[in-house]
Amino acid sequence: MSNSLYGPLPDVAEDAGYSDPPERRGFFTDTSVCIGCKACEVACKEWNAVPDDGFTLTGMSYDNTGALGASTWRHVAFVEQTRPHQVGDGDETRWLMASDVCKHCTHAACLDVCPTGALIRTEFGTVVVQEDICNGCAYCVAACPYGVIDRREDDGRAWKCTLCYDRIGDGLEPACAKACPTDSIQYGPLDELRERAATRLTALHEEGVTEARLYGEDENDGVGGAGAFFLLLDEPEVYGLPPDPVVTTRDLPAMWRWAGGAALALAGGAALSFLGRR
Amino acid sequence: MAECHPVGFQWVMEAKARGARIFHVDPRFTRTSAMAHRHLPIRPGGDIVLLGALINHVLSGGHDFHEYVLRYTNAAVILNENFRDTEDLDGLFSGYDADAHSYDPETWAYADGEHRDETLRHPRCVYQVLKRHFARYTPEMVEQVCGISRRDFAELADAIVANSGPERTTAWVYSVGWTQHTVGVQYIRTASILQLLLGNIGRPGGGILVLRGHASIQGSTDIPTLFNLLPGYLPMPNAHHHEDLDTYLERAVGDTGFWGRKRSYMVSLLKAWWGDAAREDNDFCFDHLPRLTGDHGTYQTVLDQIDGKVKGYFLMGENPAVGSAAGRLQRLGLTSLDWLVVRDLQLIESATFWKEGPEIESGEWTSEEIGTEVFFLPAASYVEKDGTFTNTQRLLQWHHKALDPPDDARSDLWFMYHLGLRIRERLAGSGDPNDRPILDLTWDYPQEGPHRDPSAEAVLREINGYDAEGNTLSGFTALKDDGSTACGCWIYSGCFTGDVNQTARRRPGSEQSWVAPEWGWAWPANRRILYNRASADPQGRPWSERKAYIWWDGEQWTGHDVPDFEKTKPPSYEPPPGATAEAALAGTDPFIMQTDGKGWLFVPRGLVDGPLPAHYEPQESPVRNLLYGQQSNPTRQLYPRPGNRYNPVGGDVYPYVVTTYRLTEHHTAGGMSRFLPYLSELQPEMFCEVSPELAAERGLVHGDWATIISARTAIEARVLVTDRVKPLRVHRRVIHQVGLPFHWGSAGIARGDSANDLLPIVLDANTHIQESKAATCDIQPGRRPQGPALRALVRRYRRMAGIPED
Repeated sequence: MSNSLYGPLPDVAEDAGYSDPPERRGFFTDTSVCIGCKACEVACKEWNAVPDDGFTLTGMSYDNTGALGASTWRHVAFVEQTRPHQVGDGDETRWLMASDVCKHCTHAACLDVCPTGALIRTEFGTVVVQEDICNGCAYCVAACPYGVIDRREDDGRAWKCTLCYDRIGDGLEPACAKACPTDSIQYGPLDELRERAATRLTALHEEGVTEARLYGEDENDGVGGAGAFFLLLDEPEVYGLPPDPVVTTRDLPAMWRWAGGAALALAGGAALSFLGRR
Repeated sequence: MAECHPVGFQWVMEAKARGARIFHVDPRFTRTSAMAHRHLPIRPGGDIVLLGALINHVLSGGHDFHEYVLRYTNAAVILNENFRDTEDLDGLFSGYDADAHSYDPETWAYADGEHRDETLRHPRCVYQVLKRHFARYTPEMVEQVCGISRRDFAELADAIVANSGPERTTAWVYSVGWTQHTVGVQYIRTASILQLLLGNIGRPGGGILVLRGHASIQGSTDIPTLFNLLPGYLPMPNAHHHEDLDTYLERAVGDTGFWGRKRSYMVSLLKAWWGDAAREDNDFCFDHLPRLTGDHGTYQTVLDQIDGKVKGYFLMGENPAVGSAAGRLQRLGLTSLDWLVVRDLQLIESATFWKEGPEIESGEWTSEEIGTEVFFLPAASYVEKDGTFTNTQRLLQWHHKALDPPDDARSDLWFMYHLGLRIRERLAGSGDPNDRPILDLTWDYPQEGPHRDPSAEAVLREINGYDAEGNTLSGFTALKDDGSTACGCWIYSGCFTGDVNQTARRRPGSEQSWVAPEWGWAWPANRRILYNRASADPQGRPWSERKAYIWWDGEQWTGHDVPDFEKTKPPSYEPPPGATAEAALAGTDPFIMQTDGKGWLFVPRGLVDGPLPAHYEPQESPVRNLLYGQQSNPTRQLYPRPGNRYNPVGGDVYPYVVTTYRLTEHHTAGGMSRFLPYLSELQPEMFCEVSPELAAERGLVHGDWATIISARTAIEARVLVTDRVKPLRVHRRVIHQVGLPFHWGSAGIARGDSANDLLPIVLDANTHIQESKAATCDIQPGRRPQGPALRALVRRYRRMAGIPED
């Protein structure tokens, strides 16, 4: 029971009730080769018919979509850094680019809190909102530890990345991964992606890129590991990612214990008061 | 490259993953810089100094690939004793006519008699002339002119030398950052000299790779939309020089090397166009071709429009109101026409200039006064039609129509074909000899579908060529000069051989060799690397196992690619006296399109601005030329006239360097991106990029507005203050740069002022291409004035700078 709420989970789809599900699928986004072309953002919108997200110059480097939201399911962050030159004199400029996406958590808070069953775990271990069932209650919006899922103002419903559920079922890769020219976005069986990521991390460390790190691949983290994880070149906060995301349901047993204790205390108090009356 | 060609950039990333070292030379730190090992910021307009210093480094350090240089280039050739270099004439070459602003290239020709000095020691041999010419291009000069430190220069120079030679190769990649200058051709020439000296041409991993402005620009030079070329780089006949086919061919290109077959190329072209009407006794309808009477380039044409010499105009997939320099003159040209046809996907600014735009907004013009009749005809996009794209590797790739175009939208092929049919219908029965060129055309492509689309494959088949029986030709060597073959473009011959559309081949890379000869089709003859004879040594052996590409196996040339050489010509072949065409080239002459089969370090003919590259400052520069007394390219094409005044050199009125560029998110002048929500939201507004230092100097606020002013006009843009733009230390002082993307205009979803409105018309005399990568400006905080106050501001600046009134 505890593993269904937090911690490692060997087969997330099986845990959700699928018998003999296919291998868990996910994304490995290697930001060290992201060139910031935003083809992922456009391909995602084209395939999923996601509307535009407004036409505002944000002034945040070349990022004008700002953040993931109901109408932005892939978002490329641009981070300009100036730091002392590692080899020479003066400062050197670094421009980090990273394509963010729904993490498709092992323990998905959005799914756990959804009262209508609109949010489901698919046979691929991904998390999908069923648009014909969502009633727009927005519990999921508050629950997501990454701030990914969001409600669309005009129709009230919650929207997010489906990991192209309608493509992967047909053996196609998701639109963003298909469009990515440098294979910064890689799609596949999660175990295979984790191996690939480990190899890439070792190679970067050997090249002297010691700041390279993985984010979201650890199944002991607060969400039991993400189905979409990343290779970053700086602290997660630099990219606008939470450093230690925790699924809201992790605290459920404790909360129930506290609630149970409180209920017992209340019941006991009530009983005492009756006893006292007598 | 990552910024403008993200899909092609995947191969740079692939090379990086295999250990390639990437340098990025660019005024700004871009998405490419972010992926490169080193970014070298350079002042726009300084590239010949940088490349020249690399040449000097190679020559003075003895780093050149000696055998390659001696045998495969013209290094040993002895020059005319009357030739004078820029060293002798303070920045001019011999033959300059100051009144005509042009050169007589006679003294640039090779010397008669004494031909070569194999020791490379003769003071007039090309090698020694090069050494002297580039001696003043020093790392110190690079620091002074380009703003690149000696330390950074040394790192670059060491890297390219270490990565050249028998075992290794270095590639240079450029785009319009090199071409759009008044010395654009010479930028590329400088890179050619460097690559030839290092032995990096004709070998895998080498070369100078041009990234074109958009899809199939290569194709539109091969089968040109250029006024002075016919298909396959045959020159357009000139009204003042050529009289008939024989005299044209005498003057056009050379008699030795593969151009020596020019009669077969030309006659086959005339047969493709005029079919049975083209006969030996009428010069194969050579007189049906139009003749050049002068410069009919795009800028001259626009000025002619303003001067009332052009009545009608077709714009097909081009948006000059936004995309060409001196935008106000571009629009003025359009208002001066009687009629204008715009074929585009969207109602671009070049179709709506008469009702909205900077001049309408300022009250300078009103719609009622503009008499141009504008016909807008919606065009089909590439997914709505069959056809080819030719990419920068000369690779033709077929694209199939995925769906029918909506409503009245039609392909360009449909439009030209049906326009031709209607004109021919009108002219039918005409006895006027002037109508024969149109009536005699072979205008009979099979038609398909409900809209009677002409078959694109039939057009490609005609381009490939066929014999008298109608069978497709195997390649350009099968072309005949007697009228028995027809071929629409000789370099494309072979693309439809065996009646198979070779350009539609898509065998996956995993199912063929790494050269992937069965993916698409590359001209000429499906060769993937040009001049690949140079990948083997003079005896025909690979220079190294690591870089083996094609080689002589004792009987023929073989290897990974199609040899760019006669298959059975042995390395020992020596041409007999009087030989012509390819027979005139030796078995060791890899550059088979050159008359002498050599790579030209020194160009004896063909360029109008000098046989060697020399650094000249841009027309608009903050500084004097440190290398020569001659400030700018003496042959540059200047148009000093109202609306096109030039900012003076130096001074305080226009103190900053301005450069223009593209962003990944938008497509050139915006016709394919600013009208689409998914692209517009990614870069919704015009902005300028400035350094924190310039922002402080001028009081510019991040996210706020700025006004950028030149002698032509003033535009406004939102301000991005960024460390990615660096002030450069040049000429012992700091020079600030203003970076401007050029995508925006007055139409579409994402709107804004056009950077090109700021730029002047000043052109490279070889190509008639404008200098849009380096100019000067002022920048001030706040939005620009509206209404008549805008022109008043521009006038006030001109007065301050002492520029003549319009």
